[in-house]
Amino acid sequence: MSKTAAAAESHHVSRDLKNVNILGIILISIFALICVLPFYLIIIASFTSETFMIRNGYPLWLDLKNATLEAYKLCLKNPGAILRAYAVTGSATAVGTALAVFMATMTGYVLSRKDFQWRNGFSFFFFFTTLFNGGLVPWYLLCVRYLHFKNSFLALILPLMFSVWNMIIAKSFMAGIPQSISESAMIDGANDMRIFLSLILPLSKPLIATLGLFSALAYWNDWYNCMLFISNDSMFTLQYYLQRMLGSAEAMRIVAEKSGMALTSIPLESMQMAMTVIATGPIVLLYPFVQRYFVKGLTIGAVKG
Amino acid sequence: MKKNKQTEIQVKQPFAKVIRRHWMLLLMLLPAVIYVLVFSYMPMTGIVMAFKRYQRSGGIYFSPWNGLNNFKALMIQGKLGMVTRNTLLYNIAFIFLGVVFEMGSAILLNEIIFKRFKKVAQSFMFLPYFISWVVAGAIMYNMFNYEKGIVNTVVTALGGGRIDLYNTPHLWPFVLIFLKLWKQTGYGSVVYLAAITGLDQEMFEAASIDGASEWQKIRYLTIPSLVPTMMIMVLLAIGNIFRGDFGLFYQTVKSSALLQPATDVIDTYVFRLLIDSSDYGVSAAAGLYQSVLCFITITVCNGIVKKIQPDYSLY
Repeated sequence: MSKTAAAAESHHVSRDLKNVNILGIILISIFALICVLPFYLIIIASFTSETFMIRNGYPLWLDLKNATLEAYKLCLKNPGAILRAYAVTGSATAVGTALAVFMATMTGYVLSRKDFQWRNGFSFFFFFTTLFNGGLVPWYLLCVRYLHFKNSFLALILPLMFSVWNMIIAKSFMAGIPQSISESAMIDGANDMRIFLSLILPLSKPLIATLGLFSALAYWNDWYNCMLFISNDSMFTLQYYLQRMLGSAEAMRIVAEKSGMALTSIPLESMQMAMTVIATGPIVLLYPFVQRYFVKGLTIGAVKG
Repeated sequence: MKKNKQTEIQVKQPFAKVIRRHWMLLLMLLPAVIYVLVFSYMPMTGIVMAFKRYQRSGGIYFSPWNGLNNFKALMIQGKLGMVTRNTLLYNIAFIFLGVVFEMGSAILLNEIIFKRFKKVAQSFMFLPYFISWVVAGAIMYNMFNYEKGIVNTVVTALGGGRIDLYNTPHLWPFVLIFLKLWKQTGYGSVVYLAAITGLDQEMFEAASIDGASEWQKIRYLTIPSLVPTMMIMVLLAIGNIFRGDFGLFYQTVKSSALLQPATDVIDTYVFRLLIDSSDYGVSAAAGLYQSVLCFITITVCNGIVKKIQPDYSLY
């Protein structure tokens, strides 16, 4: 960091630094453009009229003559289902993220305490679950038969609530906080929970932002648990709702092709794209708020130590 | 004072004393311990399912045993070899290209001196990480649709023939590897970037004073210092080398039987056995086969790494 800043300040930029920069900017630009291009295309398609797309394929740019809000209007014509999916996803994300961040940081803190002599044993106890697991079937049956996850809100919260991976990130980050902070607080008579809540957590903002983002993404983008456990359509998450919609559109399209029926009356293509935009929406807006902390929050260390 | 404390820590304390001294820490561990016991260790005991004929009334533990019949049924289906090969090859490609792309873009991003560019590029690269595989599948459809897809529009405009991706299995490895890299690189590069920012800057300054070029610094300082992070990332990935990214394969391929020889991985196979055919015993057998393969691989790999360079081992 300081190296590049110093180089930028002094007007003398060495030739090979310049070369590295030119190469870097070219390669990174290409990759970054490839990363955003599909989003641009989806958004454009969602605003383009169905007749245009059937004639010319998906558009490369927005032609104002063919621009329409029809797809969004149709998606929102019956807002009940979408709003419900938003509510389900939003509440699962809010509750789940709070719990997930709390559990990962609290566990990570305990395992980062060097004076806790069982820390390596416990670390391995957690880590072992990433090395070996019982597979999908026993887990599924446990959830369905014994925990009664079928059509339960818990099915959308619990499976994503604790991740060993996030715990390792928390542990690595907190191992970087001087142990003397905990030690001196202990001498002052504070208990471990107090130390964690009032000293360690405030020092861990980058970590909290990072883990918060990961957890929020995991909950917001969850379709898997919904697909496995939820059959009641008033409890569908946004992504699963989208998946169902894409699936049924595909089915309608096949029927239409086979029977020669015209489907132009329903703008399937642009509706799918509009729904994709609606389902992705708000979570992307989270990024600018956490970007500042991101690099600092994501230290990864080994399980041991 | 501080020194005393540290030497005190080194002493192994008896069980009761640890509990008395650290009961609060243990209490703080309790939620995670219970969670992992319920959601990870309990299902491990459910492995017995692989040797049972599942009955609703008996559940996991009280269904009748049926020896190795589930595994025999699995063999008879004859797909295990294919899905194992697919899973392994895809993951090798993901791991290898993942490291190249993630480390490469982290190093380049670190060298770029234009802060604004860096920030914007990083945000762009991160965007695909934010979407679900459902959305990624929709995007792919938009790109590769035979009649309306952007790719075909561009290809035909340039005078080429249309690409019928959904009927051309041999193109899928390229598409899936591309999609995986597209979605993962932004995140992975931040991991390496975090490691780079944690490096001792004096080392680089000293190298500059000694007249090292930028390339030399990358080659002899940055890359070697990233090896520990890389080893952790690679070992973690190797631990899952027989686990396919379910979302990637499920949401892009959907249920196309034509594409399965090129795209079916163990996870999608197990899932179909469980959900579509409700073949609990056979599905559990396939799951056990997968878990055992994973476990052996990571144990051996970590063991080798530990022999050669203990610092780089995971555990």
